[in-house]
Amino acid sequence: MARLDADAMVDVRHLSRNFGPIRAVDDVSFTVGRGQVLGFLGPNGAGKSTTMKMITGFLAPSAGSAAICGADVASDPITIKRQIGYLPEGAPSYPDMTPPAFLRFVANVRGYRGAQARQRIETAIERTSLQSVLTQPIDTLSKGFKRRVGLAQALLHDPPVLILDEPTDGLDPNQKHEVRNLINAMAPEKAIIISTHLLEEVDAVCSRAIVIANGKLVADGTPDELAQRSRHHNAVRVVLGKGADTAAQELGALAQVAAVEHETDDEDDKALMIFAREGRSIVADVADLARVRGWEVKELRVERGRLDDVFRQVTSSS
Amino acid sequence: MRTICVIVRRELQSYFATPLAYVFIVIFLALAGTLAFFVGNFFDRGQADLQPFFSFHPWLYLVLIPALAMRLWAEERRSGTIELLLTLPISMTQAVLGKFLASWIFSGIALALTFPFWITVNVLGNPDNGVILASYIGSFLMAGAFLAVGSAISALTKNQVIAFVVTAAVSFLFTVSGSGIALGLLKGWAPQSLIDAVTSMSFLTHFNAIVRGVIDLRDAVFFVSVIGLFLYANTVIVDLKKAE
Repeated sequence: MARLDADAMVDVRHLSRNFGPIRAVDDVSFTVGRGQVLGFLGPNGAGKSTTMKMITGFLAPSAGSAAICGADVASDPITIKRQIGYLPEGAPSYPDMTPPAFLRFVANVRGYRGAQARQRIETAIERTSLQSVLTQPIDTLSKGFKRRVGLAQALLHDPPVLILDEPTDGLDPNQKHEVRNLINAMAPEKAIIISTHLLEEVDAVCSRAIVIANGKLVADGTPDELAQRSRHHNAVRVVLGKGADTAAQELGALAQVAAVEHETDDEDDKALMIFAREGRSIVADVADLARVRGWEVKELRVERGRLDDVFRQVTSSS
Repeated sequence: MRTICVIVRRELQSYFATPLAYVFIVIFLALAGTLAFFVGNFFDRGQADLQPFFSFHPWLYLVLIPALAMRLWAEERRSGTIELLLTLPISMTQAVLGKFLASWIFSGIALALTFPFWITVNVLGNPDNGVILASYIGSFLMAGAFLAVGSAISALTKNQVIAFVVTAAVSFLFTVSGSGIALGLLKGWAPQSLIDAVTSMSFLTHFNAIVRGVIDLRDAVFFVSVIGLFLYANTVIVDLKKAE
């Protein structure tokens, strides 16, 4: 894997972790620089969380190393823990505490006292919109609020590196939108890693995505680069009106077309998905043919590629 | 040190945030009183001392301390907060010490609330307050030893009930190893050195020595060593088991 930037804030090299005979993470290497939001994708149990636990110093790797802002995780654990804001899987927090009491504990452990601690806590509460639940024990909060308490705890010390394990899991669409806005707002001055299995999230916040399956890194690139590996890349979706009965055959005969699939085929409209050979641009050919044949084109759209496809493709083949 | 204080404060807050603290203190006081008065013949003995009161402490701790210790690490592991705690900028030693000290301070609070007994004997007669003070210190040290054992065992499991039962069983062994039950099993076949070794591991033997007013630094050192040993084991166990 090419090292993209010299001043990587997160530098993971050949990280592996065994649990007994099972190799949960297998030789994973990547770097994240300032201003990057790295999406960590993979099926459940692929090793996402285990990798994050090793980067944050919770778990010792079986092999390999990780460094945060130049400090080695294994030899300098306290230093790196100061640089990281971490939302563990499931956003655990102490159930009998109220959000402010919990945040005060985290602030005090991180060395903030008095007015400085109050200031940090207030900012964290504001950024995660926790104002309405300040007096309730965390135990009684909804899943979405619990997640936000976990986020507030991770953001409290304004760390240069943020590692968030499924930050939007359990949130409703509005809350997801808020959290994504928050991540986007912080992105320029931080290095952020988020794990997710929501592909829309990668599109919404990530500048780069890596996919791991069975502990191995199987894809690494910008969301666009990954989308280009999809069979939907540059595919054309057309909806044709009446009188285009032979369209599927004729479109399928075009030189650059790999396949044609019927999406819907009712009395009036015929929706076709036309796949391009090797991702070439076929929209002009399709439009020309439609004009020559005099089909009524009700809709015509070029697909940029689907991350779902790529996800399934790279995670099932390995 | 400051970090340890922060952890101690949080732990203590969480004791008092739930009914656990009040239930524990009330039951501890009620049992300590009942045992001293009815089983220990506190009044009928006609002596102004607290020996009947203190002599039941090992058995009281045997039942109550595991209840206090069982949640220390098992709960953190079950709820996943252990991951949060250990990715904050604190060392394993600080985490283990902080949680242990909080539980020890809490047991100290419960013990201190037995002060009416001390007032009672001082009103009724002229007890040897030196022995009483030593007994209180001895009892506190013994509570610490039980807690350290319980804390280490609590790190072995996510299940608080298992932590309770195993801690109670191990504590029982430590308690009775000096009594007739254990020695009867060994006598006749085991070498004297083994019997002596087992006896010397007994919480009961060391505690009774303190309560009788035989102030020997070695008894205090014994309890402090047990605490140190089990807390060290505790850090090792947490490190080994945290990922599961």
